[in-house]
Amino acid sequence: MNYDRILIRYGEMTTKGKNRNIFVRRLKNNIARKLQAFERIQIEYMRDRMYILLNGEPHEPIIEKLKTVFGIHSFSLAMKCENDLDAIKKTALAAVRQLPYQGKTFKVSARRVDKQFPYRSDELNYEVGAHILRHTDGLTVNVREPDLDVRIEVRQDGTYITCRDIFGAGGLPVGTSGKAMLMLSGGIDSPVAGYLAMKRGLEIEAVHFFSPPFTSERAKQKVIDLVRKLTTYGGRIKLHIVPFTEVQQAIYQGVPNEYSLISTRRAMLKITDELRRRQRALAIVTGESLGQVASQTLESMYVINEVTNTPILRPLVSMDKMEIIEIAKRIDTHDISILPYEDCCTIFTPRAPKTKPKKEKVLHYESQLDLAPLLEKAVNDTETLVIDEENGRADEFAELF
Amino acid sequence: MIYLDNSATTKPFPEVVDSFVAVATNYFANPSSLHGLGMKAERLLAQAREQIAAMLRVKPNEIVFTSGGTEANNFAIKGVAWQYQRRGRHIITTKIEHPSVAEPCRQLEELGFEVTYLPVDREGRVSVEQVERALRDDTILVSVMHVNNEVGTVQPIEEIGALLAHYPKTLFHVDRVQGISKVPLDLKQAGVDLCTISAHKFHGLRGAGLLYVREGVRLAPLIAGGGQERQLRSGTENVAAIVAMAKALRLALERYERDIGRLQALKDEWLEALAAIPDIEINTPRDGAAPHIINFSLKSGIKPEVFVHELEKSGIYVSTTSACSSKKKAPSKTLLAMGLGEGRAERGIRISLSFDNSREEIAPAVAAIKQAIKTLSEVTE
Repeated sequence: MNYDRILIRYGEMTTKGKNRNIFVRRLKNNIARKLQAFERIQIEYMRDRMYILLNGEPHEPIIEKLKTVFGIHSFSLAMKCENDLDAIKKTALAAVRQLPYQGKTFKVSARRVDKQFPYRSDELNYEVGAHILRHTDGLTVNVREPDLDVRIEVRQDGTYITCRDIFGAGGLPVGTSGKAMLMLSGGIDSPVAGYLAMKRGLEIEAVHFFSPPFTSERAKQKVIDLVRKLTTYGGRIKLHIVPFTEVQQAIYQGVPNEYSLISTRRAMLKITDELRRRQRALAIVTGESLGQVASQTLESMYVINEVTNTPILRPLVSMDKMEIIEIAKRIDTHDISILPYEDCCTIFTPRAPKTKPKKEKVLHYESQLDLAPLLEKAVNDTETLVIDEENGRADEFAELF
Repeated sequence: MIYLDNSATTKPFPEVVDSFVAVATNYFANPSSLHGLGMKAERLLAQAREQIAAMLRVKPNEIVFTSGGTEANNFAIKGVAWQYQRRGRHIITTKIEHPSVAEPCRQLEELGFEVTYLPVDREGRVSVEQVERALRDDTILVSVMHVNNEVGTVQPIEEIGALLAHYPKTLFHVDRVQGISKVPLDLKQAGVDLCTISAHKFHGLRGAGLLYVREGVRLAPLIAGGGQERQLRSGTENVAAIVAMAKALRLALERYERDIGRLQALKDEWLEALAAIPDIEINTPRDGAAPHIINFSLKSGIKPEVFVHELEKSGIYVSTTSACSSKKKAPSKTLLAMGLGEGRAERGIRISLSFDNSREEIAPAVAAIKQAIKTLSEVTE
């Protein structure tokens, strides 16, 4: 007898009252897309839990994939049998035997949701526990801190037996909180901000500013690779690549050096906001962390943010660099981020950027430039790529591998 | 031609040669060059790394490309020794390792390291208990091959890995050159820290190999220079051979899925046919051996080198012991360690198969072997 299903427990979405069905359905769709390579599985969902019926598909790779789906609190391999004491005993024993149980301790925790079932929970605990003890070697009972908790749930539609809980990614299903634009530079911070935004249920589209020939194809490829990593958590993600050279050059020539950084940021935010409007998103996500660099002082943020009243979400605002790096390593974006290519933030960097810029001065300098047509052109010439977890590769090389 | 020397080298798959030629012709730039062509070469390298990592079920940043198995073995052993010599200077390996493991160990002994060479049983297998007994506080490395290159015995890698899980200060290196695509091994589950693989043993090309270096393990580089391969192995990457290796590994693993049963059956048939020849003693153990290596000893009086040349006249290619030691006319280290005696160890012959060998080859090859024994016996008698 093999594990025939995976039981999925919802996280925070259980607090969602009337809207819960929307969350559950979105989670189901996200899981289905994630597992589309496993053709035989079926997904059954109800208000308080979900089952993936394996139908012979291997559970190990499915478990690995489930760990990256937001909205899952935890999940367990499970077996189902009919509501019959002998069947329950047999199934529970088989469930234990599938695990490395030698030298471990266990307990049985039965729950009788179906009150018609003739045995009480403690009777079930005793009967099933004794049966497992009799038919295994090297397994002992410990009801306080068992290594294996054999859970038996007798429900109307059958009895479910699970032994091991695996923690899920938590958060809310991607897409349940609406859509936001992620300003993605290629550094360490912005991919982490994107990850955390998706964890809160946001769907994201990435925006990258590209300044050829000052920034290279490698820098662009780096951003594509970063988005590909993020697709692990968010499914398919759009990447907008904004041609930014002319805007940057105009600012560099027209705005005094110590203010050019602030103006550049304002231009980026304006462009992103326009893309946001066209893509019908409702917020902008950035990797800004308060005090990290000159453009991220509160004064700078104030002056930069002045161009829009769209909500700017800054998931990293209170984090230390070390905490951010830790997440970047965990989600596997760190090694890509540290590749040393010039990006639009490192070219034309002023020697001494203002950390306390004045809004009036910025407005004054910018009023002498005619940036608007350049910004509009940048938006119109933006190239959009759709990056998918499975097909993010360049086909040019396909036959070589 | 009947080629039975696949443990020395396999014939490259034609598709693999095509890839090599295409990459060497069209993407010849240096992957470190800044321009677009350099970037394409770099992408090819990255894609090869990802594909290989996925097939080995490890992370891309755990793969260090080398020039082949010998370099990877040297790197694993010396890299650990230099990096961790303050932690300890004791290394454990076996008496039946390939020279690319045994020789660096010997070099380290000259520099004051202590090496324990574990014995093997009559089947050529090292025991976990012996590893456990040899472990000391200052043991920094255990290096055990996965599949023995001379007789094909599979070593208890998973069990040794499970033992070493209790010794976090001791690293575990596995030379998997003969094992890959023939005998499964999950590196993560087996607790392997370092693992050597070489392309030309699975129908790739010479000049490419790799060392798996588990995340968290630090190695002192053997080859310093431009800092390629995350500072671990400098030198302009052999992109064409590395892409060809990625393709060869994919094809070889596909062949494993499809043909492993057939290869095992083929080996059994070979063993049966050879066992029926009176002047031959089989050295490969019946159980727990790889599906592609058969070792036997000739009757006394026949020089194995002469036997190899005699078979060659019929277009049949076999080896004396291993290719790497066959030019030194010494008895086989592995057969000696198995306790088979000097005489038998001096007369070892190895047949090594690939997925491309067929049943139809057995009858003519066996007939030629019998004839060669007969001819050579007459000459010497």
